[in-house]
Amino acid sequence: MAKVKPRVKVPKKAEVGEVITIKTLISHPMESGQRKDKKTGELIPRKIINNFVASFEGQEVVNVNIDPAVSANPYFQFDMKFPGAGTMKFTWTDDDGSVYETEKKIKVG
Amino acid sequence: MNLTRRDALWLTAGAAVAATMPLPAFANTAETVEEAIAAFTGGADVKEGGVDIGAPEIAENGNTVPVEVSASGASSILLLAAGNPRPGVATFNFGPLSAASEAKTRIRLAGTQDLIAVAKMADGSFAMSKRSVKVTIGGCGG
Repeated sequence: MAKVKPRVKVPKKAEVGEVITIKTLISHPMESGQRKDKKTGELIPRKIINNFVASFEGQEVVNVNIDPAVSANPYFQFDMKFPGAGTMKFTWTDDDGSVYETEKKIKVG
Repeated sequence: MNLTRRDALWLTAGAAVAATMPLPAFANTAETVEEAIAAFTGGADVKEGGVDIGAPEIAENGNTVPVEVSASGASSILLLAAGNPRPGVATFNFGPLSAASEAKTRIRLAGTQDLIAVAKMADGSFAMSKRSVKVTIGGCGG
């Protein structure tokens, strides 16, 4: 299986109170559990990322419960009101229990 | 009801299959749009309008359809695709730091159908909007 790699785009710095846009993408096949193996005719078991959380200094910004209808390599874009310098943490949870994480620092400026 | 031996066999076989099927922990198991909405609202009244769904009028590839949902003052938004094998797409919960109750993502659509978004407002009321999307090539891999 291809390696799961999160990619996140956040501004390096922002003014306090500014609305910043955050873009996230994680490479993942998002196997829906509806597809059949063309050779054997059997259903390919479901394996998706079922939850995505973005938080800033421990405070949740968005929390998304994901169903199989979200495309492969799930992409999310959302806005955040920048409260001051800190670290933004992104967490994806896989059906198999794996957790993929990444962090980004945002400075005031 | 008259239960023949054959019926009884089918019943036990069905029960055995149901018992052994592994269900992922967070699965949204709703089979219909009504069930999904009822599970989200808890049976409360839903008023029409007030949620914006941004989606292309015609999506060429049903495997990745860019979709945007927004509802000002919403604490969470449920997105459903009425024509998919299972209607659930995603539920967005917005935290205190979220600037606008707005999110963009990319979804799979099995064919031409309606997208439905239900928003839970901060005061506990619910709003719902629909938008139809034409899909040229479906995205569920048949």
